[in-house]
Amino acid sequence: MRKSWWKILCVCLLFYTVAGGLLFDMPAREILHETIRNMFFHVCMWFAMMILFTASVVYSVKYLRSQNLKHDIYAVNFAKTGILFALLGYATGAVWAKYTWTEYADDTQIFTEPKLTGAAVALLIYFAYLVLRGSLTDIDKKARIGAVYAIFAYAMLFPSIWILPRLMESLHPGKGGNPALNFRDSDDRIKMVFYPAIIGWTLLGVWITSLKIRFDLIKEKSLLNG
Amino acid sequence: MGQPETTVWNGLFWMIQLFVCVNAVAKSFLSETRGRMLYFYSVAGGRHFIIAKLLFNVLLMAIMTLTSWLLFAAFLGNPVIRGLQFLGISILGGTSLSLVFTFLSAIAARAQQNAALMAIMGFPLIIPQLMLLMKISNIVFSDVIQGGLLEMVLLLAGLDILVIALAVILFPFLWKD
Repeated sequence: MRKSWWKILCVCLLFYTVAGGLLFDMPAREILHETIRNMFFHVCMWFAMMILFTASVVYSVKYLRSQNLKHDIYAVNFAKTGILFALLGYATGAVWAKYTWTEYADDTQIFTEPKLTGAAVALLIYFAYLVLRGSLTDIDKKARIGAVYAIFAYAMLFPSIWILPRLMESLHPGKGGNPALNFRDSDDRIKMVFYPAIIGWTLLGVWITSLKIRFDLIKEKSLLNG
Repeated sequence: MGQPETTVWNGLFWMIQLFVCVNAVAKSFLSETRGRMLYFYSVAGGRHFIIAKLLFNVLLMAIMTLTSWLLFAAFLGNPVIRGLQFLGISILGGTSLSLVFTFLSAIAARAQQNAALMAIMGFPLIIPQLMLLMKISNIVFSDVIQGGLLEMVLLLAGLDILVIALAVILFPFLWKD
């Protein structure tokens, strides 16, 4: 019970996010209208993804320093959950785009949207990470080379999802021609749900990962103790 | 012969550079025999070895880029107005490409000399830099200078330094086996 307080917190925060996100009064903005509520789901997915990938790279560094296989299991599972959240981010974004972009933007604009490309690059990088690990059979070698690639890839992730999309025209709210929110002038009513939502979704990601890690640790028990 | 539009010329040029780089630089680790690696291991440390490889590949890629420019000018015409700037940009671009692929080649060589792995790992990593390069090199075709150009060039140079730093830090882990 002592260690499960954050799981209870996670459930409470997510209940609050869903209930508050759908029921509270939200500021009305042009084009966005009620779809502004997607911020508590779509944007939070990307936040959670980034935090999980960061956790993954931290454990990769730890592995290289300690050569302890346990850290490698942590790293790969954080990366896998990060991929899951990226896919969820795409899915929630697609639903949102159906009601906002399809009426106001043409197809080429949507296909060349820099944030979509950047996120696709991030996903491909982590798929390549899994492919690289899959192609190696020796467990120590897999862990070491995987960790080296993970650190290198994480560094290259920054231009693709943080820097480049900001240099280009984007359809996303908060940038370019679309009227809406960015963190500086976003409404207090949004912040009240948005910040708890980020924590809630991230905790959920950590929870999923911890279950996967426990499963893997049991599976590899003979290796880890031997 | 008809000359393509400048944007097409630019896109084609960097795509060709990408494939030149994959083929030329990938060789640096993939074609080393086991015996020769053992020899290198006995005469040099990991850090020195990767720095030497990076330097050699940067030079190789610079020569390759200039050769492609010559060939492009011969076959597709030369729409470049600002020659000196394009020279600088293409060498900087070739440098970025070769740095990333040298390090990836070192990783791929560890994974059973798998050349296909190189493309899988390399293409997603290089797309952002390639996009940046195309954006920068668009300026050489017109007399008007875009805003924010210096930032982008500095960003690219910063990325190169980041890659070199990471390669120097991480290579020793790939090296000992």
